[in-house]
Formats: sequence, C-alpha cells, structure tokens
Amino acid sequence: MTDLAADLAPTPGQTIGPFFHYALPYAHDRELVPPGRAGAVRLHGHVYDGAGNGVPDALVEIRHADPSGAVPAVEGSIRREGGAFTGWGRSTTDRTGRYWFSTLEPGPTRAGGAACFAVTVFARGLLNRLFTRVYVPGDDAALAAEPLLAGLPADERTRLVAVREPGGDLWFDVHLQGERETVFLSFPRHRDCT
Amino acid sequence: MESQELISKEIADLQDSRPGLGQPLLDFAPYRSAVLRHPTKDPRPADPEGAELVAPVFGHSDVDPLEADLTIQSGQSGGEPIGERIVVTGRVVDGDGRPVRGQLVEIWQANAAGRYVHQRDQHPAPIDPHFTGLGRCLTDDDGGYRFTTIKPGPYPWRNHRNAWRPAHIHFSLFGTDFTQRLITQMYFPGDPLFALDPIYQSITDEAARARLVASYDHHLSEHEWLLGYRWDIVLTGSHATYVEPEDGDDD
Ligand SMILES: [Fe+3]
Repeated sequence: MTDLAADLAPTPGQTIGPFFHYALPYAHDRELVPPGRAGAVRLHGHVYDGAGNGVPDALVEIRHADPSGAVPAVEGSIRREGGAFTGWGRSTTDRTGRYWFSTLEPGPTRAGGAACFAVTVFARGLLNRLFTRVYVPGDDAALAAEPLLAGLPADERTRLVAVREPGGDLWFDVHLQGERETVFLSFPRHRDCT
Repeated sequence: MESQELISKEIADLQDSRPGLGQPLLDFAPYRSAVLRHPTKDPRPADPEGAELVAPVFGHSDVDPLEADLTIQSGQSGGEPIGERIVVTGRVVDGDGRPVRGQLVEIWQANAAGRYVHQRDQHPAPIDPHFTGLGRCLTDDDGGYRFTTIKPGPYPWRNHRNAWRPAHIHFSLFGTDFTQRLITQMYFPGDPLFALDPIYQSITDEAARARLVASYDHHLSEHEWLLGYRWDIVLTGSHATYVEPEDGDDD
C-alpha cells in the first residue's frame, strides 16, 4: 500500500519478464529515422549474458540529441508517421540477442563535449533496468576530456565507445556480465533509494 | 527441479545477508534466470547530462484514449473478456512529490486464467479471445493514470518445482528526465504467493516490497460493474532544474 503524502520513497523496479513482446514493441519503434534516409546511421550490436550467449529477450532503449546537439522534446515516437525526429527509440533483441536502431548521429550537447547515446537495458532475468552510454567515436579530444571516460580504466573506457564500421554504422555490444562486462551507471538521485 | 523449500531457504539467506534494500538485488540466484544476467560490478556513479536530463515526450498523437480500457479491445467482434472487471488508478510522482504530467504509462498482463497472449506462454490455460492484456495511457495534469481491465490470474513458471507468480500487472513508466525510467510490476493485496516468489522477494526491504502492492479502494468500485484498486508510483528524483509552472494560482 502506498501513502504518497507520508512516503516519497521510490517504487522498486522489477524484471520486464519474458512476455513483453506483444505489448512494448510497435511498428517502427527502432526507426527514429527510416533506414536508408540521408544521414541515417545504424546503431546495432548484441546483448550478451555472462556465458557469452546472446540474450533473446532483452529490450534496449536509446535517448539522444540530434546532429546539432539539441535534444528533441517532441511527441511522435509511437506513431512515427508525422516524421518528427524524437530522439527516442526502442528495440527488442532477436533470437541471437541482436538489437538495432536506425537514427541520426547525435552531436555533442555542449561545446567540446563528447556525443553519446543514453541507453537503458531491460531483460528477463534482469531484476531492474540498467543505464549506460554509447559514445560516438571520432572526436578523440572530446572523448579524452569526458569526465566519465577519464575516470575509467582503459579497457572499460574503450568498451563504452561504439566501433565505426566500414559502411559508417556504429556497433556496440552490451555485456550484462563477464570479462567484458559493460560499465553501467548510477545517477545521483538513484542513490536516494538503495 | 529444485523444491520451493530450497528456493525459500536461499531467499531467506540473501535477505539476512543484504537486508533493507529498496530496489531489487540484481545478484539474486533464487530467481534462476538472474544468475548469468546480473552485472558483477557496482554501477559507476555519473552526472547526468544532455539527453539524460530530458525524458522522451509522448502526446495525443501517440496514444488513443481507448487504449486505457483493456476490456474493449475486441472492437467490432464484440464480446466481453472473462474475469473480474477492475479499475487500476493512481498517480505518478517524482522523488520530490511533483506530478509527472502528460507522460506515457504502458501495461501488460495475463488474462483471468493466468495466460498471456504470447507465443512463448505455454501455460495450459485458455486464451481469452476478447482480451489481449495490453494498455497505454497518458498521465493527466495531476500525474494521474487510469486503466480499466480484468484482474489477472497467477501463473506457473519453471524457476523451480511448483513455482507460481503472484498475480501482477507489468508497468512501464517514464519521468521528466531519462534517468527516471522504470519498469516494474504491480501486485494485488493479500496474495498468498508473495512469500514464495523470488522476483517479489528480490527486494530485501519489506516496506519497499509493500510499495508494489495496490490497495483495494471501495470508493473506486462501481455499483454492479467493477472493483477498484489504487496504486501510486514514485519515480526517483529528477536531475533537471525544476521550473515552477506559472498557473496563476494566487491563494
Ligand atoms: Fe508476468
């Protein structure tokens, strides 16, 4: 039971479970822009478990700025027919654990900053959501100056930066556990509630 | 398959060793699927910036008001879903008590027999041709949400021998910044399965677990029509600088 007036302690999370596929996905959920459109880039990869197997029942969401560094605050993510770039998308993983998005490459949201995608990961077996970032490769000076990356050991830092593929797409794998475990993040207000 | 007694012993041991956690313990082996899917390192503290400070925006172009009534989804084919008709309503507020306005709430659930409309659900209970068990709505200016639905049944799963999930509705929520994203489950009061369920018990603080349980509210029930449940949701605090809305309130 909840009594909001007396208790502003956050509601706990729970696993997304195995049965979200008929509810959360929708048409064009991962197509922030149509694939093939000028400027469209693919951000893709796999979600892996601690044994190195693809996670076939994960859900990945991204939130990011447009190429100019502006963060869109417009509706239209669920019915994308309007054509607005909303800066938010959702992708299930397939049987091999692969997710993908078709989107515009984000620009840095402040001068000299490093461009990145904010990411949340959900899965059956994962009892609460995880946050991470996918940094856009290329601007080495900005990446070197990024406070989060600067505080990480070299191998962890490298793994938070997407790999640019020969065709221009961005590749980023999420490892829930194991030697290549992804660096997951907590934000200040999350620590109010643990 | 392992026994409930073994799972319950593991739950009790973990709750003794890590008491008082208000969020699920990710490394919670009684939920067997968690074993290979939990990070082993603590999350890295980071200061949110850029897109992390701005939640996605949803609006009336995204959500039809009819999507909040899960009992009318069979549309033209007619027919009522089987089960106990209920309303589930409450408010979404942030960690500072401010209503989360105009934001997307998504739910999904099993039918009254405990069966999902999902090809991986093999529970030999009937599918209801008049119930899909998914809904969406936008919160109102007070952070309020409201769904009309059918009370879901408990269902078996393969975590251990004779494992049953307490009846629940899955909820997906957004705040005003991206760091408030939450997916969780709402439970019904008095469920005898609570003590046995490793997903519910992964939150080691009893008071925190109780925040996932709706309350029966007779004022919400409607004469000869439905029963009412109230469940309020508190997201973590927002990191974005808050601007007081100018609403001309001069009392
Ligand atoms: Fe479920």
